[in-house]
Amino acid sequence: MIKTFNRGGVHPPENKISRNAALEQLVPEGIIRIFISQHIGAPAECIVAKGDKVKTGQLIAKANGFVSANVHSSVSGTVLGIENIADYQGIKKPAVCIQVEGDEWEESIDRSAEINRDLSKTSEEILAKITEAGLVGLGGATFPTHVKLAVPKGKTAKAIIINGAECEPYLTSDHRVMLERGEELLIGVQLLKKAVNVDKAYIGIETNKQDAIDSLKKTAVNYSGIEIVSLEPKYPQGGEKQLIKSITGIEVPDRALPIETGCIVSNICTTLAVYEAVQKNKPLFENSITVTGKNLKIQKNFIVRVGTPLSQLIKAIGGIPENTGKIISGGPMMGRAVSNLEAPTMKGSGAVLFITDDEAKRGTKSNCIRCSKCVAACPMRLQPFLLYKLAERNMLEELKEISVHACIECGCCLYTCPANLPLVDYIRLGKTRAMKLIVKPK
Amino acid sequence: MNKLIISPSPHVHGEFSTKRLMRDVVIALLPALLVSFYFFGFGAVKVVGLSVISCVVFEFLIQKFLLKTAPSINDLSAVVTGLILSLNLPSNLPWWIVIIGSLIAIGVGKMVFGGLGNNPFNPALVGRVFLLIARPVEMTTWPLPLTAVTPDATTGATPLAIIKEGLKNGLTIDQIKESSDYTFSYLDTLFGQIGGSLGEVSAVALLLGFAYLLVRKVITWHIPVSIFAAVIVFSGILHFANPDRFIDPLFHLLTGGMILGAVYMATDYVTSPMTLKGMMVYGTGIGLLTILIRTFGSYPEGISFAILFMNAIVPLINKYMKPKLFGEVK
Repeated sequence: MIKTFNRGGVHPPENKISRNAALEQLVPEGIIRIFISQHIGAPAECIVAKGDKVKTGQLIAKANGFVSANVHSSVSGTVLGIENIADYQGIKKPAVCIQVEGDEWEESIDRSAEINRDLSKTSEEILAKITEAGLVGLGGATFPTHVKLAVPKGKTAKAIIINGAECEPYLTSDHRVMLERGEELLIGVQLLKKAVNVDKAYIGIETNKQDAIDSLKKTAVNYSGIEIVSLEPKYPQGGEKQLIKSITGIEVPDRALPIETGCIVSNICTTLAVYEAVQKNKPLFENSITVTGKNLKIQKNFIVRVGTPLSQLIKAIGGIPENTGKIISGGPMMGRAVSNLEAPTMKGSGAVLFITDDEAKRGTKSNCIRCSKCVAACPMRLQPFLLYKLAERNMLEELKEISVHACIECGCCLYTCPANLPLVDYIRLGKTRAMKLIVKPK
Repeated sequence: MNKLIISPSPHVHGEFSTKRLMRDVVIALLPALLVSFYFFGFGAVKVVGLSVISCVVFEFLIQKFLLKTAPSINDLSAVVTGLILSLNLPSNLPWWIVIIGSLIAIGVGKMVFGGLGNNPFNPALVGRVFLLIARPVEMTTWPLPLTAVTPDATTGATPLAIIKEGLKNGLTIDQIKESSDYTFSYLDTLFGQIGGSLGEVSAVALLLGFAYLLVRKVITWHIPVSIFAAVIVFSGILHFANPDRFIDPLFHLLTGGMILGAVYMATDYVTSPMTLKGMMVYGTGIGLLTILIRTFGSYPEGISFAILFMNAIVPLINKYMKPKLFGEVK
């Protein structure tokens, strides 16, 4: 049976043109810049200084508190210093700059290709390894994994859900990982199950990746308690709340955490990183990044060391193609437009997408014709047209009354709007104001 | 190389645009228009052409000279208003009445409220009802289809009017059906062989357009189907209670402006509710009111009034029929 969430969502053209490009290691070169803060929570504390020699996988910044994560060097070489470096959006943040010299890994990391099927580690040992390896959610939010796995008092975890939906158009790195690293992924799932003491795990995969469903199903026979669930392709199925709904049919209560439903959701790449951290002692210092676009001659799924400048990825696919209108970090629905091509990649970077001039321009906005397409498209069942009007007028109390807090900013409303109204832009603004996430300058 | 664009997500846009939606409505109306041209000849072409052209011209003039805004006739919404208005008119209507109807539809129905998106009432229906009240004789003199014209009859009553008249004269439904006025079968109402306004003659042509609108995702089924369901249930109960006085549901569905109204006028985006639940309440209301007016009111046809009345209630429906928030906690 093919499952999905029952209301809302859109299905943009999938454009998974890089789906057949096998994962490929991008060799680091030049200067690598690793942000000290790669996650949601407190920035890590830098423990290296200018002139230090570091090895690949060596700890360079220590987690500062519980909601924080370790950061490791992704290359071997000499630390040039700690500088403020502009990220994709041009915002400057402290980063450790390392001159790459060879590629010498920490001895503790198991670099053999052999799959380690040993599942004898205890829950505490697994959690300790995950914490040590600096794992964060690689679906984009970069929330520290060990925090997510810490079940709050009074709640019980019942199942692990692995997000293999990859519902954003263009993105294919999760797909490739499922195809090429299937068994390691499943061992990662078993480790996650053990870490939170549950005996059921679901891997939700959209049917546009039937090959991944088939191959994982075949491998899963050897691993108990893992169910591969076929999902109808629909955006935003990879959203945590939508995925839980699709797979279990339960809705996460408003304003509550997903653990309320007993589900803990983890991303594909994160789960693979769990395997690598626990079984291979390998910290999180590289991730898979799809480099794609309709006007690119070659499509790639790279494994990239954290801190690699974007320009190196662009060089690897032969430069920015003609008539590129916008470069996006992430998918076309929720990714962010890039303004700084020298910015280094981060743990949470999942894709670099080139979209053409025509695609990049928004249409002219016209009157709202009250077609209610935004209401039908909203997966949180809000009324985007109304939120938009209230946000435009800065009516914060009214915004709160109609649950602006529940907006997940998926952009389905704007995607579907025939009048090209900047719905989600204003709702985002209204939400941050109403929830006092930002304060209006006086 | 060009400069890169920086803007917030989402970075791609779907297929819909106001113009595309309106163009699809025009395409969906084509079968009904062709059928009306076939049955009513040049008169129908004249009414349609005049109505569409004058709607577009009035919209342009009002936007340019009265509102002093950039004319938006490119979005085709005035074309749709003109088409729907014309489908509500008899084919022998004098040209100047068509033009006045268009002026009222665009001017009073739409522009006084601020143009597309702001009007509470369906503009075409505003025009139609104005004409019905202002020129009742011309508006209810229905030419017979060219295929049914005889040397001594070029106009005739609509099926609904025949029933209404018969009942008023104290006949039972069966007696009316046997009378000489009642010359058509249900098959005729399906394909258009009956008297009436341009668009209310062929159920099949209208339903063809309905299917197209559904396939192109211009409208959902909720409003039309809930109207039909309410009509079937309500008129079914009446018919079952007293078959002499109340005609069967199928007759109600196939005659008059039922399908035209339910599929093309009640579903007007601007004047219908925003949620699926609201749409069903709205549709049910239209269905009930239509039967109420048809069977107990003084007009033989009531769907225009029913739609306009429910248009007025839409803000209330929107207020109370909100979508249920994901994971809503009571």
